[in-house]
Amino acid sequence: MRRILTLVGLAAVPLAVLGVFFVLPVSGMLSEGFWVDGHFDPGAVAEVLTRPRTLRVIWFTVWSASAGTAVAVLLGVPAAHLLHRRRFPGRGVLRAVLLVPFVLPTVVVGVAFRELIGEAGPLGFLGLDGSAAAIVAGLAFFNVAVVIRAVGAAWESLDPRPAEAAAALGAGPAYVFRTVTLPALRPAIVSAASVVFLFCATAFGVVLTLGGLRYSSVETEIYLLTTNLLDLQAAAALSVVQLVAITALLFVTSRLRAVADPSLARTTARPPRVSRRDWPSLLVTALVGVLVGLPIAALVVGSLQVGDGWGTGNYRALTTVGSRDALLVPVTDALVTSLRTAVDATWMSLSLGLAVAVIVTRRSHTRAERRTRGLVDGLFMLPLGVSAVTLGFGFLITLDRPPLDLRDSVLLVPIAQALVALPLVVRTLAPALAGVDDRQRQAAASLGAGPLRAFATVDLPVLWKPLVAAAGFAFAVSLGEFGATSFLARDEHPTMPIVIFHLIGHPGAMNYGMALAASVVLAATTAAVMLAVERLRVPSLGAF
Amino acid sequence: MRSLRVFAPVLAIVLAASACSAIGGDDDGPGEGTASGHVSKRVVLVTHESFVLPEELQKKFEKDTGYQLETRASGDAGALTNKLVLTKDNPLGDVAFGVDNTFASRALDEGVFAPYAAKLPAGADQLLVAGDDDQALTPVDKASVCVNVDDTWFAEHDVAPPTGLDDLVKPAYRDLFVAPGAATSSPGMAFLLATIAKYGDDWPDYWTKLMDNGTKLDAGWSDAYEVDFTQGGGKGDRPIVLSYDSSPAFTVGDDGTSTTSALLDTCFRQVEYAGVLKGADNPDGARALVDFLLSPEVQAALPDSMYVFPVDPSVQLPADWASYAKQPTDPWQVDPADIAAHRDDWLREWSDLTSR
Repeated sequence: MRRILTLVGLAAVPLAVLGVFFVLPVSGMLSEGFWVDGHFDPGAVAEVLTRPRTLRVIWFTVWSASAGTAVAVLLGVPAAHLLHRRRFPGRGVLRAVLLVPFVLPTVVVGVAFRELIGEAGPLGFLGLDGSAAAIVAGLAFFNVAVVIRAVGAAWESLDPRPAEAAAALGAGPAYVFRTVTLPALRPAIVSAASVVFLFCATAFGVVLTLGGLRYSSVETEIYLLTTNLLDLQAAAALSVVQLVAITALLFVTSRLRAVADPSLARTTARPPRVSRRDWPSLLVTALVGVLVGLPIAALVVGSLQVGDGWGTGNYRALTTVGSRDALLVPVTDALVTSLRTAVDATWMSLSLGLAVAVIVTRRSHTRAERRTRGLVDGLFMLPLGVSAVTLGFGFLITLDRPPLDLRDSVLLVPIAQALVALPLVVRTLAPALAGVDDRQRQAAASLGAGPLRAFATVDLPVLWKPLVAAAGFAFAVSLGEFGATSFLARDEHPTMPIVIFHLIGHPGAMNYGMALAASVVLAATTAAVMLAVERLRVPSLGAF
Repeated sequence: MRSLRVFAPVLAIVLAASACSAIGGDDDGPGEGTASGHVSKRVVLVTHESFVLPEELQKKFEKDTGYQLETRASGDAGALTNKLVLTKDNPLGDVAFGVDNTFASRALDEGVFAPYAAKLPAGADQLLVAGDDDQALTPVDKASVCVNVDDTWFAEHDVAPPTGLDDLVKPAYRDLFVAPGAATSSPGMAFLLATIAKYGDDWPDYWTKLMDNGTKLDAGWSDAYEVDFTQGGGKGDRPIVLSYDSSPAFTVGDDGTSTTSALLDTCFRQVEYAGVLKGADNPDGARALVDFLLSPEVQAALPDSMYVFPVDPSVQLPADWASYAKQPTDPWQVDPADIAAHRDDWLREWSDLTSR
């Protein structure tokens, strides 16, 4: 009983935050769709689901997300091998750079991709612009890092001896991989794939910018239905579909994630140097480099173009408000705002995430307790799967009167970003906590240590590195967050992604150049944060 | 030693971070007036993301009226209107700017605005919304969405530029036109309305031909203009683009002449309105702000800050505008009530036509 109470106590704050900033706004928006003129009318919502267009949208979402996931896994697994099982100079930098796309704002990536594959771009001859292939490439660009991290982490701690034994018995490398390594990696691959699928299925900017309007996913359709048509019934119908699908996916993932006893010792042998025999993974990693590097290179090249020549003019202009006062504040001010907001989002998501991670990793004594923990775990993943526009409009109509009159609050943006980063934080901390043998805590307790003391002596030494790493991830996510921020940000204090979006939307070659330069600065800042995290060697991100 | 090397950057980040939090450091923000309402009464303006009021004008308003101005800007005209509709029982602010003539009827039908007959500059009264008898919406600026052409491209390729909507479906202009989509952008919607005004019930037929002729549709104006248009920042390769009548004023080269021009027979006029929100906390301040938006200073600042024309014809335009931003005399028009009644059907049909 006391255990359950402790559990509830720990869960109270995160659950309250989730309730106020997620459940309440989303259910507020959903009820707008279900209640028409004060009458409960689910029929209209159900009718939406039979529209041919709705079915087409759902079908496109499923197959584009599947294709994006497949590409990310096919590229990510070999790259994970090279980056986590082989040693070569510059490995840390490469790992950090490959993480940058994951946290770049989609506005930036959209422009970068279109610079590259647009009809006039260097890859224009491929005819990718506005095609489904471009969308799939964009999805893979964002998510290949998740696969590399998650699979790489599992691979790193894999006992190499079974594979060595198989090789000693005469099995070829491909055979060893297929029969020994792959089965051991399967849980990591499957869980990474399901998270990537989740990210792909809810991608918004990628589909809108790269699809050239020919394609609609559930996420973009909710946006159009809400902001343009005010067809709240249809939007509610699609939101429900999305929530149901994501709940199902999370349920399946949690089953697949179940691994052997985490308190088993793991080996982290010093990886061997890269050799000629690694050519398959070298080749694929090079492909990943091209996929991730080209759009970023396109950004950098574009940002250095001034008129018909080259120069740093666009970067120097970042201290101004753009040509014809396109902005209210200089880009440098926006960078400061972004950094400050990220600090707040970071401490918020860390404190919430730590509580959640502790709750979900403590050993359960009864079935009901285990179920409860599983439920809590899944609950905090749900924000991943809800459209930013649903959440944004939901804020406006539900948090609008005392005691929850938060529409004006400066806290809104960091809170929204913290919720976006929360799943990542939980997934970074939970594996570390799960790895702590509960018997150590029991031993500490039997020696007279209180729960706090036990936490400080047993958990904290294992946890501090993942904590700092999680802080880095949360910080980077906040830097790049655009969807929720664009909805809630206040005019006087725009963040970098917002400023970039503004600059692209204002005529004048200088504004466009500044947008590219600002994107490069944002990407570089993100990379710097990731590089610092990389130094900690925490095998996480996407260890879902 | 090893842990020190790891710790150093971490420590640096933590130190740097703890020194600056947005919440703690936000002393100079406008939130100040919020917390202690008695300092000065504030006016909250809800608007779209393209709204820009130069800082000195904002200060002038605050000095002249004693109100503190707070702006909340996000989304486009459509998102703004729908936000106002959703929150009409408890408005987001005191005054809204940016509902345009394609959304005006929805806002009026939903009773978002309170009546306020501001004193209009001579000539601006013809921009009032038909049927808005209470004068809840005050016209503040206007701009027309028009097809633009890259004159240098057509000169270099020795092709005569198109002159009207009919030309865009001709083989000579195959694969040359790029436009933002109607479902995702307000200029795109305006263009759809222009074709509906010109072709009536035959508009789907025109759009079919347009798509068959290789028209490219992008999500937003910036995608079309900056990436695909030959004169945009991305140096695209389509010399015909959907933009505004004011756009040629932004492509003036070193020699002082514009490299692009707007086709004035293809235009649809967008008028942007301001209005006092029903249930506003500070209706007096809201009315003062509506008046201020019509003042000669703000009207004169509109071209440079928002790329639109003032509704006050007596205001002097910037030099480039006077020479290169020509306005259509007789733009295509669709009755706002008609738009309100059919907009959803039109958009759905348009989406089905173009997303095949």
